[in-house]
Amino acid sequence: MHEFFALGGYAVYVWPAYAVFFIVLAWDWIAPAFRRRQLLNELRGRVAREQLRRARSAPTQDSRKAASA
Amino acid sequence: MKIIPLWLHKLSSPPAFYRFAGRLRPWLFGSALLLGAVGLYGGLVLAPPDYQQGDAYRIIFIHVPCAWMSLFGYGCMAVAALIALVWRIKLAEVIAMECAPVGAAFTFITLVTGSLWGKPMWGTWWTWDARLTSELVLLFLYFGVIGLFNAIEDRRRAARAASLLALVGIVNLPIVHYSVVWWNTLHQGSTVNLFGKSHISGAMLWPLLLMALATHLYFFASVLNRARVGLLAVEGGKDWARNLIAESANA
Repeated sequence: MHEFFALGGYAVYVWPAYAVFFIVLAWDWIAPAFRRRQLLNELRGRVAREQLRRARSAPTQDSRKAASA
Repeated sequence: MKIIPLWLHKLSSPPAFYRFAGRLRPWLFGSALLLGAVGLYGGLVLAPPDYQQGDAYRIIFIHVPCAWMSLFGYGCMAVAALIALVWRIKLAEVIAMECAPVGAAFTFITLVTGSLWGKPMWGTWWTWDARLTSELVLLFLYFGVIGLFNAIEDRRRAARAASLLALVGIVNLPIVHYSVVWWNTLHQGSTVNLFGKSHISGAMLWPLLLMALATHLYFFASVLNRARVGLLAVEGGKDWARNLIAESANA
């Protein structure tokens, strides 16, 4: 087992190479999930603001009833 | 019957592609992991040490597949970029732009693992030789595409401008590939040849080819993974995206 990890003295070159391979690809796979979460928050905020604006400019039936009463 | 063109046409609509990519993604990623695990077991455990390089050569099982992917990724990006510029298909713009970071990741891995291999074998981390320099230029081309895409506010105009840059950069692909033939370089020539004899023993070849297959599958999985987010970003105001946002808010 020890012999396997020592790689005939080349362990200091081979294992870091494999580490870079896995770390960079793991980052590549995970990064879009963060971007997606940020984007969904942004879009949700945009939808909420639009609904608020629409509610203000065009009063609903309930609010009209309330105003005439 | 034109079933396949019809299917492709439907698939190019953003909501259809979003669903399609979501379904395909776990299968591609899973098979990449599985083939990669078998390939690495073959490369690190089963394959014998090299008669000249000892165990240091084992970097080949990631270095060479990643180097192939750095060129393949650029090719895919360029094809999508051409489609985006000629037919103005929104999906092609998104795919072209999402190929760039994945290709850049593979190019970066190629350069770093090559450097880690060069130190014990050549006695230097880096040298300004034709193969190494043209691969570095490839990384900068990827960065240029990503940078230009992010520098322009309008997503669609940004994608088209960056697509043009991607097309210009194709010149570099044959330079990278033939650099070991055209110039006297420190880097060795091709070990594996599609047409003709490969200069590698079978016990080392099959793990290498399996790793190449795994990285190809990973590339497509990652581009689909990214394209889903990219599509949401350009289509944020459309009904399908709004429904999706409402669903994700309830969940």
